[in-house]
Amino acid sequence: MSLDRYESRGFRYRRNSSLAVYALIITVPILVVVFGALKTQSEIFRNPLGPPVPPRTQNFSDVWRANLPRAFRNSAIVTGCSVFVTIALASLTGFAVARLRGWRSNVLLGFFTLGLAVPAQVSIVQQYALFKDLHLTDSLVGLILVETAVTLPVAVFILAGFMRTLPGELFEAAIVDGATSWRLYRSIVMPLSLPSVAAVTTFLFVIHWNDLQYPLLFLPTRDDLWTLPRQLVGLRGEYLTNYPVLFAGVLLASTPVVVAYVLLQRWFVAGMTSGAIKG
Amino acid sequence: MAKPARVKRPQLSLVAFAAPAIAVYGAFFVFPTLRTLWYGFMNWQGPSTQPAWVGLENYKSLIDDSVFRNSVSVSLKFMTVVVLAQVAISLFYSVKLVKNTKTTVFLRALYFFPTILASTSVAFIWAFVYDPASGLVRSVLDLIGLKSYSPSMLGSTHTALYFLVIVQIWFHIGQMILVFVAGLQQIPGELLEAASIDGATRLQVFWKITWPLLAPATAIVVAYTTFQTFRSFELVYNLTEGGPADATRVLSFHIYRQAFEAGEYGLAASQSVVFMVIVLAVTFLQRRALRLVRSDARVFAP
Repeated sequence: MSLDRYESRGFRYRRNSSLAVYALIITVPILVVVFGALKTQSEIFRNPLGPPVPPRTQNFSDVWRANLPRAFRNSAIVTGCSVFVTIALASLTGFAVARLRGWRSNVLLGFFTLGLAVPAQVSIVQQYALFKDLHLTDSLVGLILVETAVTLPVAVFILAGFMRTLPGELFEAAIVDGATSWRLYRSIVMPLSLPSVAAVTTFLFVIHWNDLQYPLLFLPTRDDLWTLPRQLVGLRGEYLTNYPVLFAGVLLASTPVVVAYVLLQRWFVAGMTSGAIKG
Repeated sequence: MAKPARVKRPQLSLVAFAAPAIAVYGAFFVFPTLRTLWYGFMNWQGPSTQPAWVGLENYKSLIDDSVFRNSVSVSLKFMTVVVLAQVAISLFYSVKLVKNTKTTVFLRALYFFPTILASTSVAFIWAFVYDPASGLVRSVLDLIGLKSYSPSMLGSTHTALYFLVIVQIWFHIGQMILVFVAGLQQIPGELLEAASIDGATRLQVFWKITWPLLAPATAIVVAYTTFQTFRSFELVYNLTEGGPADATRVLSFHIYRQAFEAGEYGLAASQSVVFMVIVLAVTFLQRRALRLVRSDARVFAP
C-alpha cells in the first residue's frame, strides 16, 4: 500500500495531467453556471470565468416568480408517481418471472425486453395520437402513464434479472410453511431485492425528473402542468440569451438530483450503469 | 441438475402478478409501436382526421426525399463519431482510473456528474459555452490572445455536428468510464504480470490481453452509446433545432417535425419504421463485429 502510494506520487504530474485536464473540462462549465447565476447579463458576457462581484440573487427571484414553484410541484408529482408505479409493476413482474417455470418465464421476460430494442421515438407519434384519442393529453395522469410505460422494460429487465438469482430453496421452504405468493413477494423477495430496487429507483428518479420529451408533447396547451425541464424551455423562449436567469433556473431544477447524487452516490452509479441501456 | 421434488407452483396466479405491467406496457408502448407499423401504410394528418390506405406510397416517397435521406446520414454519422470517440476516450481514462484510490474514486464521481443532469440543462450550459458573441469559448480565446480567431462551432454546416458530438460525450462519458473500469478490474492482474515478465511491451499486453478480455465491456459501451445517440432528440431540440441547414437534423428530430409541425403522421410513421430498422440493423452489425473479438459479450448484472 505504501509502496503503491510512493509510485503514484512520482507519476502524478506527468502521467495524470490528462486526468486534471478532463476534471477541468467538467468543472469549468459547471462553475460558470454557478457563478453565472449570480451575475448580471453584461457581467457574464464580460467575465464568464471569474466569481461574481458582487453576487446578486435577483436572477433567482426572477426565475422563482416565473412559475418555478408550480413546475417543482408538477415535477414532484410526475416523478414520484412514475417511479412508484414503475417500481411496483416491475417488481411484481420480476417476481412472476423468477417464480414461473421454463418457457413461461422466458416468454414473459422476453415480452418486456423486446421494448429495450425499440428507441422511444419510434412509438412516440402513435403514443401521442392514442393519448389524444383517450383524452389523456394535457393531463398529469396521462404523462405518468406514458412515462411508466416507456421505463417498464428496463425496470423489469433489471429487477427480474436480480430476482432470478435468488435461491429457489428459500421459496420452497416458505411455501411448505404455507406462505402465499403475495406473502412471498412482500416478505421475502422484496426485502432481499432491496439493493436492486434502490438502484433502479435512483435511475428512474433521474430519468423522470429530467425528461423533456414527453412533457413537451403530451402537455400541448396546459402550461400550468409543465414540469421543470419543460418550464426551463419555456423560460428560454422568454429570456432568450439572458443566461444568468436561465442558469439560476438550471441550478434550482437540478438541486434535488444533485443532492440525491451526493448522498446516495453508490446507488446512482449502480443504477445508472445497469440502466444505461435505455438512458 | 437433478432437483428435489418441487412444490407445485400456482402458475396462473403468478401471471396475475405481471398483469398490471403487461396492461400498461402493452397498451401504451407495444400497441402504439404496432400501430406505427400499420400507419406507415396510411396517409394520415393526425388525430381527428381520417386515415387513408396508400400502400407503399409513403415508403416510395422516402426514397426521393432528400431531407429524410440527409437525416439518415446525419444520424449514422453522429452515431459513428460518438461511438468511436467515446470508446477511445473512456477507455483511455478508465485505464488511468482502474485502481481504487481516494483520488480515482473522486475523479470517477466527478466525471460521472454530468450524467445526472437534465439534457435541457446540459443544452443551456453548452449554448453559453458556444455562444459566438461572448460565450465561454470566445472568452477563453480572447484570454489567450486569439482575438481574431472565431471558430464557427454550431454556426457552420461543416462543424455543427462535431460540436454536438462534444456535448454528447461530455454528457455521457462518465457512465462509459465506469463500465470500462468494471471490465478492467475483472481482468486478473497475474495475467498482465506474467506477460510483462515474458517480455511483452505495454502495447502488446494491451492489444493481446487487455483488449480481448475487455470485449464484454466494450460491447456494452458500444450498445449504450449507440442507443443514446439515436435518442438524442432533446439536445438537438434545445441546441440547434436541426440546423444550420439541416446539418444536425437527426432522425428522431426529423420525425418529430414531420408529425407535429408538418402534420404528416402517416409519413412520420413510415419514417419511424425505417428508423427502427436502422437501429436494429446497426445493433445487429455491431454485435456481429464484436463477437469476432470474443463470443461471450453479455450485459452486466446490476
